[in-house]
Amino acid sequence: MSVIDDSLVVSTTEQTLAGAAVDRKRGKQATPKERGVISVADRRRPAVRVWMWVIQILIFVGLIVAGLGPLVWSAKASVSGSQAIISNPMGIFFTPNQWGNFATAWNGAQIGLDLGNTAFLAVGSTIATLFVSGTGAYLLSVLRPKWGPILNGAILATLFLPGIISLVPLYLTILKLPVIGVSLQNTFWAVWLPAGASAFNVIVLKNFFDSIPRELIEAAKIDGAGPIRVLTTVVLPLSRPIIGVVALLTVVASWKDYLWPMLVLTDPKLQPVSVALPTLAKGPTPFAVQMAAVFLTVIIPVVLFVVFQKQFLRGVGTAGGVKG
Amino acid sequence: MTKTIELSAGAGASAVRRKRFSVTKWYRSGGLSAVLFGIPIVLIFLYFSWGPIVQGVFLSLEKTNLVAPAKWVGLGNFAYVLSDPTLPQAALNTLYFAVLALIVGFPIPILLAVFINELRRWDWLYNTLAYLPAVVPPVAAILLWKFFYEPSKTGIFNTMLGWIGIGPFPWLNSEAMAMPSIVLYATWAGAGATAIIYIAALGTVRTELYEAAEIDGATIWRRIWHITLPQMRNIIFTMMLLQLIGTFQLFTEPFLFTGGGPNNATQTILLKIYNYAFVNGDYGAATALSVLLAVFLGLLSFVYYFVTKKWSRS
Repeated sequence: MSVIDDSLVVSTTEQTLAGAAVDRKRGKQATPKERGVISVADRRRPAVRVWMWVIQILIFVGLIVAGLGPLVWSAKASVSGSQAIISNPMGIFFTPNQWGNFATAWNGAQIGLDLGNTAFLAVGSTIATLFVSGTGAYLLSVLRPKWGPILNGAILATLFLPGIISLVPLYLTILKLPVIGVSLQNTFWAVWLPAGASAFNVIVLKNFFDSIPRELIEAAKIDGAGPIRVLTTVVLPLSRPIIGVVALLTVVASWKDYLWPMLVLTDPKLQPVSVALPTLAKGPTPFAVQMAAVFLTVIIPVVLFVVFQKQFLRGVGTAGGVKG
Repeated sequence: MTKTIELSAGAGASAVRRKRFSVTKWYRSGGLSAVLFGIPIVLIFLYFSWGPIVQGVFLSLEKTNLVAPAKWVGLGNFAYVLSDPTLPQAALNTLYFAVLALIVGFPIPILLAVFINELRRWDWLYNTLAYLPAVVPPVAAILLWKFFYEPSKTGIFNTMLGWIGIGPFPWLNSEAMAMPSIVLYATWAGAGATAIIYIAALGTVRTELYEAAEIDGATIWRRIWHITLPQMRNIIFTMMLLQLIGTFQLFTEPFLFTGGGPNNATQTILLKIYNYAFVNGDYGAATALSVLLAVFLGLLSFVYYFVTKKWSRS
């Protein structure tokens, strides 16, 4: 692997692949940043220093309140009494903990089942996206058939159409698939399969595959590797970082989705937590149990994010670069 | 031994040879495996992307509720949708939301990104905190915020504003404040993720110009205004367009916060589409309104692209 890495760094100027290889080598070491607006000399000036400190502290406090505040409050509310939360919501930090809320939410309000559905939907959507976009990007980037540009154009074109235009027809498609005539309503396929039709992910993956040096692929071909072997032994191992990014972004998007699963999954036993929560909030469930359910919903993606923070932030940056 | 198919019979002999199509050759050069690799993406896009888009155009010209057979009504759906007396209000609300979201939500991520980019230590902490709201599922966050917006004196925001002697405010319960409240939430939810994209873009700003500006005695603020922001022009324009397109298609926030109320003050185009289709069962009208919105957004992007291109050059 290290040999390949070296050759990659030398042979490609494309930031994506080379950047990923360099990142892996550097490991956890911080990268020295280039200079920004403020020069080194500026930073030594007392006035600049004081201002930097003041702004830094103000923004830090603002970010803590905005980013962490709602989470902390929701955490404490989930173990407080309903009466206490409603009558004095800022005073709940001084009330004793009631751990029973979680058990009630998990079993009584079926949040456990709903969270399971959410996870199942997210994993399935990710697999569908990776399979469809992966094979598609491989086709367009490496196999390059004569009809590739037409397919590429047709996929690109969907990016320029707002998604809203196909909401209702897509719903009708799910109710009765044309030609086959099967209804996907109230099956997980209704969420998984449309997730695969993501032009954005095809383009992200294709751009990355394009940055893999053709010599590596040609060498594998000369050694007698067929298209599938080239994909699994050359392209996929080199593309691990971008596949991780696509997977992470798909999981999060699927976790956040609301309208689509609400439309196609009407059976409460199949609904993800995002669809079940508003129903729960309208029902007679005690407020504290609702808050416990909200907290359980929030904490899983937040923990995922904190663990994979670096990949997330890089991924969003990359995705933005593609969009731009 | 090779099977050949004549493609152009009338051409000269040499041309025929060049244009001959050989199945074996096609197979050997990977034609079949290309087709096999193409099957999943073509099928999925046919069913769930290209198909519905084309179907949408036809659906907007038909009267259908899934029970009675579809009937061709030409532009009847469009006439019906455009003459709906609540449409102007929904359109104005959507526009109001987009403009408000732009004014409030647009400068914050840029300023945040420029600031975080200047940090030499702890910048990862700022990044993480800023991005945190973007990973919270919107439904859970909206339920929390709905509680924060509690209009009585004991509501969280009203309590906190009470500490500095302001309020209490009615938030979502008043016609005037409902939309700004939703915009405030949307800004909270979106600003961090946008800032991260700007930070990535800031990495590509050419730094030699800063040194030149320093020699000329430009202050830090002037450097940001005259060097950093102009170089980010393209990404800023793109993000602005994406944000506009996004806000025009907003559904979850008004649907869960207010359901369009109070007194239709937060009724948006997308809520109307939802109501046409999934409350009234009038799929033709719903698609007609979707097509109108899509055409509007398409025109908007088109005009926007040419206008900003002009600015980018000057």
